[in-house]
Amino acid sequence: MSEIPPDLKYTRSHEWLKTLPDGMVEIGISDHAQQTLGDLVFVELPEPGRNLAAGEACAVVESVKAASDIYAPIAATVVAVNAQLAETPELINQDPYGRGWIMRLRPSTPAADSGLLSARDYQLLAAQG
Amino acid sequence: MLAAIGAPSIEALFDEIPPHLRVQSLDELPAGLSEFEVMQLMSARARQDGRPLCFIGAGAYEHHIPAAVWSTITRGEFYSAYTPYQAEASQGTLQSIYEYQSMMASLTGMQVSNASLYDGATAVAEACLMAVRANRRSRAARILLPRSLHPHYRAVTLTTTLNQGLAFDTLAYARDAGQVTPEALAAHDRQNFTALVIQQPNFFGILEDVDALTDWAHAREALVIAVVNPISLAVLKPPGEWGASGADIVVGDGQPLGCPLSSGGPYFGFMTTRMQHVRQMPGRIVGGTVDADGRPGFSLTLQAREQHIRRAKATSNICTNQGLLMMAGTLYLSLMGAEGLARVAAASMARTEELVRALSAINGVRRVFARPGFHEAVLALERPVAPVLAALAERGIQGGLDLAGYYPELGAALLVCATETKSSADIDAYARALAETLRAARAA
Repeated sequence: MSEIPPDLKYTRSHEWLKTLPDGMVEIGISDHAQQTLGDLVFVELPEPGRNLAAGEACAVVESVKAASDIYAPIAATVVAVNAQLAETPELINQDPYGRGWIMRLRPSTPAADSGLLSARDYQLLAAQG
Repeated sequence: MLAAIGAPSIEALFDEIPPHLRVQSLDELPAGLSEFEVMQLMSARARQDGRPLCFIGAGAYEHHIPAAVWSTITRGEFYSAYTPYQAEASQGTLQSIYEYQSMMASLTGMQVSNASLYDGATAVAEACLMAVRANRRSRAARILLPRSLHPHYRAVTLTTTLNQGLAFDTLAYARDAGQVTPEALAAHDRQNFTALVIQQPNFFGILEDVDALTDWAHAREALVIAVVNPISLAVLKPPGEWGASGADIVVGDGQPLGCPLSSGGPYFGFMTTRMQHVRQMPGRIVGGTVDADGRPGFSLTLQAREQHIRRAKATSNICTNQGLLMMAGTLYLSLMGAEGLARVAAASMARTEELVRALSAINGVRRVFARPGFHEAVLALERPVAPVLAALAERGIQGGLDLAGYYPELGAALLVCATETKSSADIDAYARALAETLRAARAA
């Protein structure tokens, strides 16, 4: 059974979002997603400063058996990426909600998180496979 | 079988394809022939080629191929070129690809090579698509193609990328020097573009100022795609050392390495790059690894780039490498060694210089570009080239490539090439035939 922290928001494509005290939004992939992908071997990160539309593919996580796109859950600008993932992509497997964060975004519009899933809704989605 | 899967007919299986997209009839295909009939037909066609003295280069070059190359690769272990998915059953093939990659990376001054592509032209197209993926600072998807790049490579690149949203600009060459000059670059100085393609030597055989071009592109955050003749790298600076930081992607046609001319193919393309771009590279890559007991071995690696894993987002749908031709290139390089390759390159340059001197001494023939070159040169004739070439062909001489269709601005221009396979007697024979042909035409 995978861990789904109750205080985060989620997407149907298995990203999680955490709103930080400074208003930035941190993005990663869920424990369920990392388990499904298996051992990660590479993460392709976007350039900081890039503007993203909601739903735009902006990063790639590659495991020994698959490669998947990460989609921007909201319209935003990339302000930081987790540079440690370049050398140690396994951080996503080890700590998907902590040291395995992927990028931080500055939302283009305030409260742009409509359409995101609560932990309870995401749990239902993850349970379906 | 149809009954087993519950399909009423073969046609029903293709229902998804709209009728207007289907080939309605194959009437134009002739009936099948027996093996004997095919042998007769193909032998008759091969005889039409004769055994002309060939001074055509333009992307495919006649070099001596050591007999050991083709006697080795026609062994059963190598002759089936299909991709070696099963590492446990394909260590020999995988190792030969690994050796090929190591040699190509070393020859081009790059860090990583793929297992080969179809040919030089498609390799340039793949390199342009790769540059757009790799250069994430440029959102322009705009590539600068020199007009002095092989015209077939330009055409294939435009066709291949037709629906991929790329834009191309043409970089002019200087009419007196036959190369890209700082003045030509100035026209594109303010434009944002993704990559600059540089062919060295260029289609005219002229050496470009690759250091200045590379630095100019890098200063504008564009990648540099080098298009090179692998034989020339025995004597020229490898693309990895161009300018202050080197080219980013290197491609070319591998034909000069052990592949016969064969009326135009099959050949193989090659591609090498820096490690930082490896995940954007198309094609197969073989890596060294260890098995469960720690013994060294080889396997396909970084396959998550490829279409059987990444599906529609694969770096390319090229996944079959030119295994047999690549193998010929590998054997050629290993038999020639660095010294042998340098001797082939030096001899080809010397023979071409000898040819150009002999031909430009003829009344009505002059050299067009007074710049250093490798083993090709453009000559201007006093009259249209096509009838001259036809007259030479009747005397068993393929005198070069008529540039009229490709570069009308050059007037009556002929691209000639001599490799180490041409003797002084061959060159004399050509010069004599050309002088007589021009004299006869003048008299007529």
